[in-house]
Amino acid sequence: MRRTIARIGKDVAFYMAVAFFVVLAAFPFYWMLITSLKSNPDLYNVTNIPFWFNEAPTLEHFRYLFEQTLFTRWLSNSLTIGVCVVVITLLAALPAGYSLARMTGRSGEALGIGIFLTYLVPPTLLFLPLSRIIADLGLQNSMWSLVLVYPTFTIPFCTWLLMGFFKAMPVEIEEAAIVDGCSLFGAFIRMVIPLSLPAILTAVIFTFTLTLQEFIYALTFISASDQKPITLGVATDLVRGDIFFWGEIMAGALIASIPVAIAYNLFLDRFISGITGGAVK
Amino acid sequence: MVTIAEPIAKPASRFRYFLDRREVLGAIFVAPAILYVLLLVGVPFLLAVYYSVSAYTIYDPSWRFVGLANFRQIVSDPVFQETLGNTFVFTFGSQLLGLILGKFGAFLLLRPFPGHKIVRAVIILPWAVPIALATVAWEWMFDSLYSVINWTMITLGIITRSEAPNWLGNPHLAMLCVIVVNAWRFFPFAIVIFLAGITSVSQDIIDAATVDGAGFWRRNYQIILPIILPIVAVGLIFGIVFTFTDLSVVYLLTNGGPVNATSVLGFEGFQVGIVSGDVSHGAAISLFMLPVLLLVVVGMLRYIRRREIV
Repeated sequence: MRRTIARIGKDVAFYMAVAFFVVLAAFPFYWMLITSLKSNPDLYNVTNIPFWFNEAPTLEHFRYLFEQTLFTRWLSNSLTIGVCVVVITLLAALPAGYSLARMTGRSGEALGIGIFLTYLVPPTLLFLPLSRIIADLGLQNSMWSLVLVYPTFTIPFCTWLLMGFFKAMPVEIEEAAIVDGCSLFGAFIRMVIPLSLPAILTAVIFTFTLTLQEFIYALTFISASDQKPITLGVATDLVRGDIFFWGEIMAGALIASIPVAIAYNLFLDRFISGITGGAVK
Repeated sequence: MVTIAEPIAKPASRFRYFLDRREVLGAIFVAPAILYVLLLVGVPFLLAVYYSVSAYTIYDPSWRFVGLANFRQIVSDPVFQETLGNTFVFTFGSQLLGLILGKFGAFLLLRPFPGHKIVRAVIILPWAVPIALATVAWEWMFDSLYSVINWTMITLGIITRSEAPNWLGNPHLAMLCVIVVNAWRFFPFAIVIFLAGITSVSQDIIDAATVDGAGFWRRNYQIILPIILPIVAVGLIFGIVFTFTDLSVVYLLTNGGPVNATSVLGFEGFQVGIVSGDVSHGAAISLFMLPVLLLVVVGMLRYIRRREIV
């Protein structure tokens, strides 16, 4: 009897701890959702219960966001930036990751680690000279500056990710293709790439989410409202003077967050094996 | 049969033969990535170093060499001293809190229970979602008037409305807020890293330790932790580097205030170098991040290397 009570007590404590973590992680997002659906009189009344609707929920904030703000423009900017950066990243990282994986000896390994370390060079160290370079190229205040700069961290990241994958791929596959008359380059195009589509997809997804998450370079290079990517636009452009448009901000934040959250959850395991790959082998 | 003879007749054959040499193709394959990184990370980095020893501002782009004068001025500036201190408090506060939450959360998620997958998916959210957007949600939760945290505490009778704290307006509370938000952002990452490590430890080792009489704590801290330490070290590199150099949480939540109480190096570099246009001093401030970054990265890499040999 006493043992049963102790076990139930242990279970209760366990589930309470789990609940604590779930609430901690999810509450800000619940808060986004409820704020985005509340009418303004409901939102700005300190005597109202904040956790639930005191007046009928409304889609007014979403309507305003799509019709009266540049939100759709930011969405399409982010999409354009994301797609361009993905293309640039794959063109550079795919051959580089493959080459580094097949390079034998210390130099290949050192080069790989070197590329990975550049991923750790922070934007806050580079934004001053980069903003000068971007001004010289005539790209200031343009979203194309981000297309140019974002590959500086997506290429190292994806090279590392793909390198780990290519290392796990047996060399015999290419050798067989070469014996069958393929050139080395042909073997890469016709054998290696088709076989590594899952890894490429992972690289694409993470490149895209990295561009969506980025804030510092966007903040530094772009002040024109219509050139902002979605993260920067929602976080900095829905304020008039001292007035925050909380309903609209939360609605925008929610819309931008959902695809990233889904992508991360789907590809999490590959991401982890990718970044810790060098450490565990 | 014809196809075998054909390539030799083509004028491109010499080029193709050239491409078929592994080291040549290998070099051509890495070249674009290395060039991109050299041009847009290497060159800017050297420029940043030069800026910091020049008198360059957006009003006076003269590139005049001034030696260490910028650094001398910065170090004697009380605002910078406060910023430097804040950066360390911010980094270690949020990493410590994040690691504790992460270790504890990983421990919970190791045990299978119904809804395990959904719980994991929810717990990942703070790390997955763009930090700028999540920070804005926190800003709204810390609002001086409509703070849901204050409302809850007032309703529960913990405080009265007149005692309700102004989270982002009080220097100490503001620092606490940026630390909490940053720890909140990193703890899922810590959980994932711990989990990846713990699940990679073979059950045989744990069983053997149990048979040999190792209890719960001993198994955790003397068997499992040393084995997963390399993975945790990689996680820590990420955590420390990205926190130490970040500005988005501070920029959006407190804008460095109140009165520089939450100003950190990245933020100060942005304020001085970009907002005020004093590029050389901004670059010098940013460069103060470098020694810490180098120390962390070199230390961890050496540590990982050593563990691999053992």
